[in-house]
Amino acid sequence: MKIRIGLGSCGIAAGALKVMEALQEELNNHNLDIEIQQTGCIGMCHNEPLLDIIDDNGQTYTYGKIKEKDIKAIIEQHVLEGNPVEKYLVHSSSNPNNFLAEQVRVALRNCGIIDPEKIEHYIDRGGYEALKKAITDMSPEEIIEEIKISGLRGRGGAGFPTWFKWNATRNNPGNIKYIVCNADEGDPGAFMDRSVLESDPHSVLEGMAIAGYAVGAHEGIIYCRAEYPLAIRRLEIAIKQAQAKELLGSSILGTPFSFDIKIKQGAGAFVCGEETALIASLEGERGMPRLKPPFPAQSGYWGRPTNINNVETLANVPWIIAEGGQAFAVRGSETSKGTKVFALAGKINRGGLVEVPMGLSLRDVIYKIGGGIKENRNFKAVQLGGPSGGCIPAALLDTPVEYESITQTGAIMGSGGMVVMDETTCMVDVARFFLDFTQKESCGKCVQCRIGTKRMLEILERICEGEGQPGDIELLQEIALKVGEGSLCGLGQSAPNPVLTTIRYFREEYEAHINEKRCPAMQCKALITYRIDPDKCKGCSLCAKKCPVNCIKGERKKPYVIDQEQCIKCGNCIEVCPTKWAAVIVE
Amino acid sequence: MLCNCQKEKQNQTADSPDLSILDEVLDEYRDQAGSLVTVLQKAQDLYGYLPLTVLRHIAEEMNIKPAQVYGVATFYTQFRLTPVGKHVILLCQGTACHVNGSERIETALCQELKIKPGETTPDKLFTLTNVACLGCCSLAPVMMINGQAYGPLTPDQAVRIIKDLYAREQQASEGGENA
Repeated sequence: MKIRIGLGSCGIAAGALKVMEALQEELNNHNLDIEIQQTGCIGMCHNEPLLDIIDDNGQTYTYGKIKEKDIKAIIEQHVLEGNPVEKYLVHSSSNPNNFLAEQVRVALRNCGIIDPEKIEHYIDRGGYEALKKAITDMSPEEIIEEIKISGLRGRGGAGFPTWFKWNATRNNPGNIKYIVCNADEGDPGAFMDRSVLESDPHSVLEGMAIAGYAVGAHEGIIYCRAEYPLAIRRLEIAIKQAQAKELLGSSILGTPFSFDIKIKQGAGAFVCGEETALIASLEGERGMPRLKPPFPAQSGYWGRPTNINNVETLANVPWIIAEGGQAFAVRGSETSKGTKVFALAGKINRGGLVEVPMGLSLRDVIYKIGGGIKENRNFKAVQLGGPSGGCIPAALLDTPVEYESITQTGAIMGSGGMVVMDETTCMVDVARFFLDFTQKESCGKCVQCRIGTKRMLEILERICEGEGQPGDIELLQEIALKVGEGSLCGLGQSAPNPVLTTIRYFREEYEAHINEKRCPAMQCKALITYRIDPDKCKGCSLCAKKCPVNCIKGERKKPYVIDQEQCIKCGNCIEVCPTKWAAVIVE
Repeated sequence: MLCNCQKEKQNQTADSPDLSILDEVLDEYRDQAGSLVTVLQKAQDLYGYLPLTVLRHIAEEMNIKPAQVYGVATFYTQFRLTPVGKHVILLCQGTACHVNGSERIETALCQELKIKPGETTPDKLFTLTNVACLGCCSLAPVMMINGQAYGPLTPDQAVRIIKDLYAREQQASEGGENA
């Protein structure tokens, strides 16, 4: 028997370390010598902290939302008596839950299963076999061909064919070439790469080494954002372990091939996800993009041919080499092969990390896997691709997740952030939110991006403030076009997408803000008022106590009144008013 | 009108930081091309922020123009040129947090601490900082204090966490005085 506990960032945030302490104590109390294995993230973030019990028959029982006080029952009933504790059980081998049952895990194959700090666990699951096969049995050309057969496309957002990049880097002359792993996951609402790095760092290292062999590089650099301290720590451990086993370093596995990897920490700049900006940052400069060509495959890090791949792309590589490109390509659609990892978040019941075959519909991802919308509200839109992406409305829920179909909607596949929004989300506010982000993150090099995003933000802000003017929508569209055309890099080119898609699908919401000074989702503070219905108010004074600016006045047992002059519209009153009375009204 | 670096000079506190604690870092990276970002990160770890004298020292030691060092230090959001409070509250403003009401958390925290995002309380205990995304989207809305993530938050809970922290600080300082 073995006990496994999820110690990814989400699990730790939810209290997994305390659960582990309690578990160890309980095992000691019963003099039980059972191995506790730490693992990364299985993706069921909505059920963290998670604890698996794997019995001697190999059956897995997963307990969710475990608290320290629950441990005693689990140990006494399940471990000692063999009776799983049904009320905490969220998944078991014999009764898989829908969240996991609908998934196909390739990039996430080891996540939540192995201990990410033990290379032996990775090797036991077939790890580094692909590297061995690649460098002993295959030529670089054969590897590139295998990747071509697999149809793997860049998982960072643009969806560029991976084999093409590798081939270009290989064919460009030079003795010194580099492999760069782009782990600068900057999209707000996306955490795929963090999870892979925290849960299965060796798969990325192995993918990089294979890529190095294929393109003729001997040095790899992982550019990881500093906001991911746990991922960096686990990568450091993994690199040391791989070096000790001669899986990285000089003469790997006794062959002439040498390859080593180092980590560089980003310093918080969204634009550094762009290849040329990333290279500038690696060289210690301000992370500003430059004109392409030359592409990094021609002239990248220190002017040498450089191949840059995203974390998830690289995590797929060992699987493809081990199982063959064809095995990967059988999944997915005509132009988008394999599987894709998504970070499901927002107003969804079962948020977390999911990996699905390309071609599955958004509806299936959100309803079958994600369990639908929180509090039984109505679905309004799903945001794909972060600040570069767009909002897809309910009418297009049957769109398959594949590069071309998503692009047609005006959004982009992006790196995999999928934020679900319900009827209480204001789409103008969402557009403003993303523009606020891109405007702050614009590096300032291109005038259209630097000034255009600022002007667009100002317009959106005034619409949300109730000061929108007729013609604002058209003006937004006009500037959007120019920002897209006049920007060097992906940040500026795609910055208008959230605005354009929300205008395209939710124009009536913009019009309500501008013409009627009304926010249909009741979110824009300037356009709503909170009021207490004197007929319903029982005078319990709860709202008055919770009002941060003390603007609710009244006598107990008599209706209270909100002073509209002082109200900051924080919404505390509506939240604390007992639902049986529901006396606070927003209008 | 003052240029930015002169303004920074005005913000500078009178105490001059001990530059020698940076020697080890400089010795390690001085000859490594492209390591300016790394050196700045390590310097910030040591000093808590990047005082102007430290930036000048780095420029001199690494043979990089001061303007370039300043340019890099002001480009990345991770770098701070002013000191921060004892507890830095990182309030997540990612998409998932935004749609789940992070703005209400921000309002509540600003009310409680009587500062705006980016500012530090006069007693130097708390700094409130908005961050793009902490990657704990399923716990939205989230804030992180001293590496510990808290979520999903309500405005009330967020304020209570700050109050608890404040109470503990008060206790500690009273305890210190009694002893």
